[in-house]
Amino acid sequence: MASENATKLSKNLLRMKFMQRGLDAEVKKQLEEEEKRIISDEHWYLDLPELKAKENFIIEERSFVPCEDLVYGRMSFRGFNPEVEKLMAVMNTQKQAEEEEEEEDVTRMDTDVTDEEMARRYESLVGSMRRKFAKKRERSSTQDEDVNQSTAETKVKKVFLKPLD
Amino acid sequence: MADCLKDKVGEVLLPGDVFSFESKPEKLICGPGLRRNGDEILVCKSGILRHKQPNMYWIDSQQRRYVPAKGESVIGIVTAKSGDVFKVDVGGSELASLSYLAFEGATKRNRPNVQVGDLVYSQFIIANKDMEPELVCIDSCGRANGMGVFGAGGLLFKVSLGLVRRLLAPQSEIVRDLEKMFPFEMVVGLNGRVWVKASSTQRALIVANLLESCENMTAQQRQALFRRVSDGAS
Repeated sequence: MASENATKLSKNLLRMKFMQRGLDAEVKKQLEEEEKRIISDEHWYLDLPELKAKENFIIEERSFVPCEDLVYGRMSFRGFNPEVEKLMAVMNTQKQAEEEEEEEDVTRMDTDVTDEEMARRYESLVGSMRRKFAKKRERSSTQDEDVNQSTAETKVKKVFLKPLD
Repeated sequence: MADCLKDKVGEVLLPGDVFSFESKPEKLICGPGLRRNGDEILVCKSGILRHKQPNMYWIDSQQRRYVPAKGESVIGIVTAKSGDVFKVDVGGSELASLSYLAFEGATKRNRPNVQVGDLVYSQFIIANKDMEPELVCIDSCGRANGMGVFGAGGLLFKVSLGLVRRLLAPQSEIVRDLEKMFPFEMVVGLNGRVWVKASSTQRALIVANLLESCENMTAQQRQALFRRVSDGAS
């Protein structure tokens, strides 16, 4: 009886850091659970019905412009105001182009540069870039190399050879 | 789902008509004259129901009072300068505000030259039934694209909103008939204001009178009138 009383220490005392070492697993668990409960009790939340984000399938549009595909509002006829006529052409073709783009297949892209052109361009680019990074002394030699490139290629490269065991 | 709406396309609808859908929803755009109420669509203007592919519906109605809508281009009259903003009359229930920075090339140092009484062709960036509408004279890239102050020596008049839409329709017949007459310039705002300028006052007046008389005319009547006028004018 007396021993039981002796072990009954207050919870607050048991929670202290220096008491943690001597506690057995069961008591530790109990304390942890209690702590958790206290924290979750203190954690407050709004007591509201859950908001359901319903997908809106009706979209409101207040303007006539997208409905009736209305054109640009400034107009000039028969060259009265050339500036406006230029604007008219730009604005009205823009709208048409947008519509056409939507219809057109987006994946298809026309090529401005053919593969051969690209290859030719890079061919010359490699040489000029090398010359740029080479030092002055090397520059003359690289030019020579360009001339007799075929012989340069025959030089054996030093590579690591795997020793035969 | 939109079957009940589709059936009514081309028919006259009245405010208070309701469309409700019980089947699974699919995307639907309701334009001017229609309004969403929960999962229903209410008609709030009287007119003919129109449809555009794929899923756009609106009421084609006739009215003279303008209600600002976002993105629409209008002709406004500058009525006051107050600090950073101009107050612009666009014909709506409230004056719209137009910031002095919303012009092409305008900076805090370089204010645009706008006087009270000037006409501005501008676009709504905020148009909300509970708030003051706001105009700008530049697009999203900061270019004017014809917006801004205009209108030296022209004539401004008002027509109905339906006629304005007929003028702005792609390949509008009225515009095609008009441009055959003589060179002139025109600015059409969706708020019902039209500004016309021609080489002489007389010619500007002819265009203005013709446009006003176009309101209630069949295509044949209009063409006959235009022919008569162009015979007299040239």
